[in-house]
Order: sequence, then structure tokens, then C-alpha cells
Amino acid sequence: MQKKRVEHFLRTLGKPLVKFIIGLGELSSFVIKALYHCFTPPYYPKIFIRQLLDMGFYSLPVVGLTTIFAGMVIALQSYAGFARFGAESAIATVVLISVTRELAPVLSALMVAGRIGAAMAAEIGTMRVTEQIDALITLSTNPFKYLVAPRLWSGVIVLPLLVLIGDIIGIFGGYVVGVYKLGFNPANYINSTLQNMEPIDIISGLTKAAVFGFIIALMGCYNGYRSKGGAQGVGEATTNAVVSASILILIFNYVLTEVFFSK
Amino acid sequence: MAEVKISIRNLYKSFGKKQVLSGVNLDVRTGESLVVIGGSGTGKSVLIKCIQGLLVPDMGSIKIDGEEVVGSRRSLKNIHGKMGMLFQGGALFDSLSVWENVAFSLLENQNMNRNKAKMEAIRVLRQVGLAPDVADLSPSELSGGMQKRVGLARAVITKPEIIFFDEPTTGLDPIMADVINDLIVESAKGLGATTFTITHDMASVRKIADRVAMLYKGKIVWQGTVKEMDKTEDPYVRQFINGSSQGPIKVEI
Repeated sequence: MQKKRVEHFLRTLGKPLVKFIIGLGELSSFVIKALYHCFTPPYYPKIFIRQLLDMGFYSLPVVGLTTIFAGMVIALQSYAGFARFGAESAIATVVLISVTRELAPVLSALMVAGRIGAAMAAEIGTMRVTEQIDALITLSTNPFKYLVAPRLWSGVIVLPLLVLIGDIIGIFGGYVVGVYKLGFNPANYINSTLQNMEPIDIISGLTKAAVFGFIIALMGCYNGYRSKGGAQGVGEATTNAVVSASILILIFNYVLTEVFFSK
Repeated sequence: MAEVKISIRNLYKSFGKKQVLSGVNLDVRTGESLVVIGGSGTGKSVLIKCIQGLLVPDMGSIKIDGEEVVGSRRSLKNIHGKMGMLFQGGALFDSLSVWENVAFSLLENQNMNRNKAKMEAIRVLRQVGLAPDVADLSPSELSGGMQKRVGLARAVITKPEIIFFDEPTTGLDPIMADVINDLIVESAKGLGATTFTITHDMASVRKIADRVAMLYKGKIVWQGTVKEMDKTEDPYVRQFINGSSQGPIKVEI
């Protein structure tokens, strides 16, 4: 009786662990394969451009709205806090740093993960369950080159561009609140933003964005590619793509911050 | 005896604990139309996927034109170049228009100029009985029968030596099924291609088969011509073509 209970306990402990390790192995082999096909011809520029548009251009409104409100709220919150020390003049810098280093990359990436990661998983997943991926193979086309590589490339390229625009819009949001609500002098606000801007703020944010873009596209493709079992399977793949991408974004955000800024 | 195009020896494939193919031996001769019949879940689809390299068998050998394809990526690539496949659900790419689907190989593998490829696609679409104005539609705008026709056009446009048909008439009404059967026979004859079909539709079998093989429990239990099929005393075949629930084949529920 006791032995059985121990066995059962060990099994409940071991099963998810084994599953996790198998999953990790599958993901790694997927990543290696995908990267290999990213750098070997043939390339599919038309599909790449379509992905660029979907992922980049059509995400602009979402990213714009997200970052402008993020910038605005930071200005408002830090004013409330900094007024206690009489340090209101630091607000422009606080907005600058928090938007470029953290808010624009992370929030944009999370929004794009919801928008694009889900769409990728759903599209590739549907292609899987309706045998379109098999059809690609029988038509002598490698699905990694045709489906995965263009998406990974566009993820890595498009997210930094989006974040760059998000940086500007976010800082502008801070400016609007700072000038029109908190009564700062516009020229002073802009000056203090420009003077305190350091390349590392922008560079670190854009590097993060590139990594997040890769994560979003990878999770979308990976989960879509291995989905099975009809509509339900595709639904599951879509959920997994968004959830895993979001979690990985937050984890890698910490890791990258550590790499860039820990002394 | 004619030359052997596809030779399958001792093919085994299992998924987890479920043994799907357990020692399939089958030859397909050059230019003939072989139809594999068998109930649902007997491994027909798995067999066709193994031949195409979409699934890797656990054991055994598949030779196409004498070239071993199991485990060899290069020969797989090679054979994909000389075969076409009509998928059960059509498997048309819904991100592309009908003609781009049909001309996929021409555009992506042969780098044909788009105008020329479109002309060619329209020509083949006409062969399968579709009007040129269908070419610019999206696959989702087509009926099931039309999708099958487009799938057939995509399979034959490269003039393949081998064409695979995965349940070509499933999901179609009897008349449309007959039309598709005619088209299959026509296009295969026109190209002189070897065809490998899996189906459980007996009307389809009588129409397109030169030779029939019956798959049951992962093995080929009987093979012969259509005439022999009608005369055979083999209890498995008799039960299957009569569509009877009584006999040696037990339906696993």
C-alpha cells in the first residue's frame, strides 16, 4: 500500500517532467531546423513581404494606442510620486527611460503576440490539419522555408521598427500629459528629454524587440506546425502560441535587462 | 510482366502501441492503375503517406523506380519531382488563388513567368472541366467537387509519372463522384502515368482500377484484377464488396 502510494506520487511528479523535457527537445530541434532554413535558399520574398505588412503595418494602430497611453500614465504616476520629493523635473527622463527601455518593447510585443502570434498559429495549424503542409511537401516545397523562415525573418525585422515608432509615440504621450495637464513648459520638457537620452536606452529596447519578434513568430509557427486533431487542435495551438510567447517575452525581458544593465 | 514502378516490402508502421501497418508487400507496375481498398482505419492513408515520405515507416523498404526512398532525403526529393497527389480534402492553399494553386510547382520550382504559368494553369483547369473565370477565385469560394477538380489539376500540371489519389470521391454526390472518376482515368491515360489510389468506394474501384489490392489489419490480404475481384471466393473481399456486416472482417468500435 505504502509502496504503491510512493510510486503514484513519483509518477505524478515524473510525468510532467518527462513531458516537459520532451517538449524542450522538440522545440530545440524545431528552432535549429528553422534557423538552418532561414539562411539557406530558396527564399520566398513575396510571403516575407506579406508577413511584414501583416505584422508591421497593420499592427501600427494597436502599438500606437498602447504606447501613447503607457507614456501618458507614466507621466501622471511619476508626477504623483515625485511631487512628494519636489523632483517633478525628472518626469521627462522617467518617461523617456521607462518607455524606451521597458514599456514600448514589452507592451508592443505582448500586443503583437496576441494579434500575430495567434494568427500565425491558427493559419499554420489549419494548414496542418487540412493536409496543406503535406501538399507543400509533395509539391517539392519545404514547409520550413516556405512557412516558417519568412515569418521568423519578419518578426525579427518588424518588431524593432514598431518599437521605434512606439518609443516616439510613448514619449509624445508623456509630453502631452506633462505639458497640458501638469503644466510643464513645452520647450523645457523637450529639452530635458533630448538631453537625457542615451543611445543605450534605445538600443537595448530595440534589441529586446528583435528577440521578442523572434519569440512571437517562433511560438506561432511551432505551435501551429505541430497542431493536430481538427478545429479543437488548432484552437489549442492558438492559445498555446499566445500564452507561451507572452511568458517567454516577460522572462527574456528580465534576462536581457540583466545583460544590458546589471553592473 | 511489366516493369515494377513502386515496390513495397515488409512495411511496418505503428503509432505508440497501435500497429497500423504490419508487413505490407505490394508491387505497382509501370502504367497501371492500382487501387487499394479497405475499411476505415485499416492503414490506407498511412500506407500512401509512407510511400510519399510524409511518414517514416518503422521498418521495411519502398523502392520507386528501383530507388530506395525510406530514410533517403535525396531520393525523396527526387520522387516528389515526379509525382502528383490529390488529397482527400483537396488541401488547396487558401492563401493563394485557384490558378496559383494549380501552377504552384511551375511558379515555385520551375520559376516560370507568371503570365505563362497562368495560361498553363487555365489550360489544365479546362482539361478538368473548369471555366477560365474560376482561375482568379479563392479556393474557399468553390464547391467540394470543384475543389477536387482543382486539386486534380494541381496534381497533373507537372505531368507526373506517378499520381496518388487519396479517397478521390469521398464527400461527393454519386454523379460528381463519377465525373471525378472519369477525369482521373482520362488524365492518367493522357499522361501514361502510374496511379495509386486508396478508396472504399466500390463504384470508383470498378471505374479506375486495373488491379485491386485489399488491405486488412495492416496487411495486403488479397490482390487481383477487377474481374478476379468479382469472381473471388475470398471471404474478406466478398464481404467488403457486398458491404455486409457479417463475415471475417470485424468492425472495431
